[in-house]
Amino acid sequence: MKKLLVLSALAAMLASGTALADTSGKKIAFSNNYAGNSWRQAMLDSYGIVTKKAVDDKVVGAADIFTTADKEVPTQAAQVQNLILQGYDAIVINAASPDALNGAIKQACDAGIVVVSFDGTVTEPCAYRVVVDFKDMGKQEVEQMAKFQPKGGNLLEIRGLAGTSIDDAIHAGILEGVAAHPEFKIVGSVTGDWDQTTAQKAVATILPSLPDIVGIVDQGGDGYGAAQAFAAAGKPRPTIIMGNRQDELKWWKEQKDKDGYQTWSASIAPGVSSLAFWVAQQVLDGRTDIPHDLLVPYLAFTQDDFEAALPKIKEGGVATHEYTQEDALAAIKANIK
Amino acid sequence: MTAIAPGTTPSSSPRSSAARARLLRSLLPALSLALVLLAIAWLNPRAISYFGFSLMLNLAIPIALATIAQMFVIAGNELDLSIGTFVGFVGCVTATWLKDAPLLGVVVLLGSIGVYALLGALIHLRNLPSIVVTLGMSFVWQGLAILVLPKPGGKAPDWLLGLMAFKPPFIPFPIIAALVIAAVVHFGLMRTSYGVILRGSGGNPAALRRAGWSLLRTKIVLFALTGLFGVLSGMALIGITTSADANIGNGYTLLAIAGVILGGGEFVGGRVSPIGAVLGALTLALAASPLLTFMHIPPDWQVAANGAILIIVLAARVLISRRER
Repeated sequence: MKKLLVLSALAAMLASGTALADTSGKKIAFSNNYAGNSWRQAMLDSYGIVTKKAVDDKVVGAADIFTTADKEVPTQAAQVQNLILQGYDAIVINAASPDALNGAIKQACDAGIVVVSFDGTVTEPCAYRVVVDFKDMGKQEVEQMAKFQPKGGNLLEIRGLAGTSIDDAIHAGILEGVAAHPEFKIVGSVTGDWDQTTAQKAVATILPSLPDIVGIVDQGGDGYGAAQAFAAAGKPRPTIIMGNRQDELKWWKEQKDKDGYQTWSASIAPGVSSLAFWVAQQVLDGRTDIPHDLLVPYLAFTQDDFEAALPKIKEGGVATHEYTQEDALAAIKANIK
Repeated sequence: MTAIAPGTTPSSSPRSSAARARLLRSLLPALSLALVLLAIAWLNPRAISYFGFSLMLNLAIPIALATIAQMFVIAGNELDLSIGTFVGFVGCVTATWLKDAPLLGVVVLLGSIGVYALLGALIHLRNLPSIVVTLGMSFVWQGLAILVLPKPGGKAPDWLLGLMAFKPPFIPFPIIAALVIAAVVHFGLMRTSYGVILRGSGGNPAALRRAGWSLLRTKIVLFALTGLFGVLSGMALIGITTSADANIGNGYTLLAIAGVILGGGEFVGGRVSPIGAVLGALTLALAASPLLTFMHIPPDWQVAANGAILIIVLAARVLISRRER
């Protein structure tokens, strides 16, 4: 037992030791195409916190953030080309388009630069993609719903921004979940665009035409709006799956304090940006066994732990999780089969 | 410019200062480009190399072509607010039909130039404000682009990829392309007699009409040329990005207008300069992205800094043209 401890301590020292030795002079740039909502702000904050510490600890030489002035693809393509010229060793990117940046990404790879994309991922094969398992998240929503509403019943679905891969994946997961739980039936579907105001309007519009609803499955950023719409119409409050936004969790807590209301909350953590950073660092460190497509878990809160998380979220913000190097190593390990 | 001998009457002094200002105005695009290049060289010497210019300037080619497109419309006292989405539409056609069904692709692209010519006729015949017509068209092009390519993807034809990745010896391809574009358009618009008529249609339409020229025809030709260069811009853009997105060109509308003005053009009066427009486009492309990236501005300020650079560059241009008056 003791021997095992010593060995593992030695291994840990070796692991951190190589990381310190090999990437301390490396420069990692973050190319971001939009900073205009709470999720993106949280994403930048998380990235800043983690990389500042990494630079202070001399794990990497520099980690700079670059945000483009508009959401346009050519602007970001030009930005990536300039980062190549700046001599960065790796580029972490939240891309404006999955395909249209491939030319610039390929140029970066050809120049020997490691490219790691997340959230807005790129399809160029030479880049790494950190992808959240949205499909499983959708499926899990129905699984959780089955716990709270064991008798089953009618569900209302709130969709996200149309035409995005995220909306497609969550929707597919929800359909899969409903297929596995025939006691549930989706009787209505509205588009909420991940936005409380839009969701509230959409739900209020469809509500009069719906039968009794036991639960709402959604995509995050829309749960509080849905709750408001039900309250305004004087309809009984259904089980609404939440999406880690501060206003949603706050409403959940109010309801729980009132009558023990139960639900579940899940969303992609903006801090996934820090995971992408560590993936880039690991690749620079010389690891060649990292798969180019990394599936990482979403961030979920249950009845037991959401109240502890609530005070840490900024007013109007969203729950996040900053990845440490160890978290990242574990996440990478889970993807190596 | 006319040379004025020293010691002439005092009345000629304002005239000579006007001539100086005019010279300064034609030099300004080159000067601002040189300034931006100097700043880049100072911030990041690595960028001043064959590889560096190829990377920094290759996305400036489609901007230069879009700026030339805008310049033709401005030469006729009109403004095209749809050029950005038109470039996006051309991009989507290039990445889909032009590759998979080249004949269909060519027909669609030629057809879209025809649409531009018809717009010119419509604007002239019904005396409509071009801003309103082209703003409307911008939504039409955007909608068509989404129809052609509902989600990002497609692939540029191989010959186009090969052309845009061409690496000539000594001089980077984007610089050669910029020189060719500037030379061809300069010759066509500034050195041929019909070029004079085209510019005259913006400068003094009444005189042209009295001299027997068809203003309908000049307007159609100017808009068709805009369409032609818009098509070239979209194709060049896709040749670089390799794949398309319906929103890919949206930022070009305002960049193209700014490029024309920075290059010494005026919104009215048929005063445009093709060489200036190309230089203006290169300056904007360099100032907006490489310069900004190399300056290491904190992320919160980057977006504002981009705007500030554009304002400074354009303000210098306005100051000089005011002295001219």
